[in-house]
Amino acid sequence: MVRLITHNLLACHVKGCTSNNFPLEFKDAKLELREAEYNPEFIRGFLPKIEWKALVDTARQLGDTSLPLEQPEMLDDEFLKNLHHVLLEIHVEEGSMICPNCKHDYPISNGIPNMLLAEHEIG
Amino acid sequence: MSRPELQAPPEIYYGDIEAKKYTGNTRNQQIQADMTYRALELLNLPENEPAFLLDIGCGSGLSGEILDEEGYIWAGMDIAPSMLEVALEREVEGDLFLQDIGQGFGFRPGSFDGAISISVLQWLLNAETSHPTSSPPHRLHRFFTTLHSALRNPSRAVFQFYPSSDDQIQLITSIAQKAGFGGGIVVDYPNSKKARKVFLCLFVGGGGGQQQMPKGLEGEVEEDSKVRFERRRERERLKTKVGKRKNVKDKDWILRKKELYRKRGKEGVPRDSKFTGRKRKAVF
Ligand SMILES: C[S@@+](CC[C@H](N)C(=O)[O-])C[C@H]1O[C@@H](n2cnc3c(N)ncnc32)[C@H](O)[C@@H]1O
Ligand SMILES: [Zn+2]
Repeated sequence: MVRLITHNLLACHVKGCTSNNFPLEFKDAKLELREAEYNPEFIRGFLPKIEWKALVDTARQLGDTSLPLEQPEMLDDEFLKNLHHVLLEIHVEEGSMICPNCKHDYPISNGIPNMLLAEHEIG
Repeated sequence: MSRPELQAPPEIYYGDIEAKKYTGNTRNQQIQADMTYRALELLNLPENEPAFLLDIGCGSGLSGEILDEEGYIWAGMDIAPSMLEVALEREVEGDLFLQDIGQGFGFRPGSFDGAISISVLQWLLNAETSHPTSSPPHRLHRFFTTLHSALRNPSRAVFQFYPSSDDQIQLITSIAQKAGFGGGIVVDYPNSKKARKVFLCLFVGGGGGQQQMPKGLEGEVEEDSKVRFERRRERERLKTKVGKRKNVKDKDWILRKKELYRKRGKEGVPRDSKFTGRKRKAVF
């Protein structure tokens, strides 16, 4: 159940890994699509938190090309619905997330990523 | 019996059997539900603004279900795989993470509009985890500093917990302050042995008096929690009918959920259509 909404907020938290540690890169991702309630106010309110390039790149990597490379200024309904789908309806169920910097592998099993660190990795 | 946190590390204590027992116990459900509603009240979120929340030590999702019901989008983390598994079975909507909060986390600055944590913090003081980690003060420090940065400014984090001494309260609040938080302790029903509850109410930002310390509840225990509990029981009943988790939520499930939302007067619930619950293309 890693959705892109949380993936887009998640950086690596290994000790000393403080730059170039976002976004984590999906590997061998198995996806599931699940309908979620559409709430345009939520999506609009969430927009300022999004790292747009990371979101678009990740969505494309997972095969969804519905989002434009540049965040549009006009938030029409079609755009908000596409964004809703990308943020909340694509679930990564298996695979792993890899830190682009330190290469730490956060495995995902049953939709739950394992974020536990080994002792030498704790800050 | 001594407190759970003195008996074993959390991921051991909350193994398969205890996780099911804990979650299925109706009295426990009611207590955790009441404390979740109270924590939400103390969070004091701006009205009619959808929020993205963090549930710290979310366990089997007893509070997460209430977040779902109240229309919040959320993510939760817990160290006990068996608890998370029960949360999956109960089909909570939030994203779940297997995580030791004492190791801190890596959410980008300002990610969450608020955080709640019900009956968890005492675990950071008492039991070592079986994962090799360092001292409680170090873990608390790591936890509070990464939490502080993950929260948006202004916002709050509300923790219900079971301290076993004033020294523990002192330790926790001083480390939270060092991490940049304002706020402090709120005690509900301080004179009642049964109903007394301790909340740590932390503020991010909000200088200039925007963030006022809430007052603890006094006097008689409110009875309206019963009403909420009736609602819960009804959901329990629906849950057991739904049965095993399916890959794609079936049409009936979605219709039922929408009906539930409509009854509660939620606006903007999409109209049912022939596409409701249809399986989307799964392959990219
Ligand atoms: C009493 S349960 C509460 C669960 C849930 N908040 C509720 O209200 O039902 C305590 C939870 O804290 C979790 N916990 C304890 N120590 C933790 C840690 N270091 N990191 C994450 N979760 C922890 C346990 O695994 C357990 O699920
Ligand atoms: Zn890293």
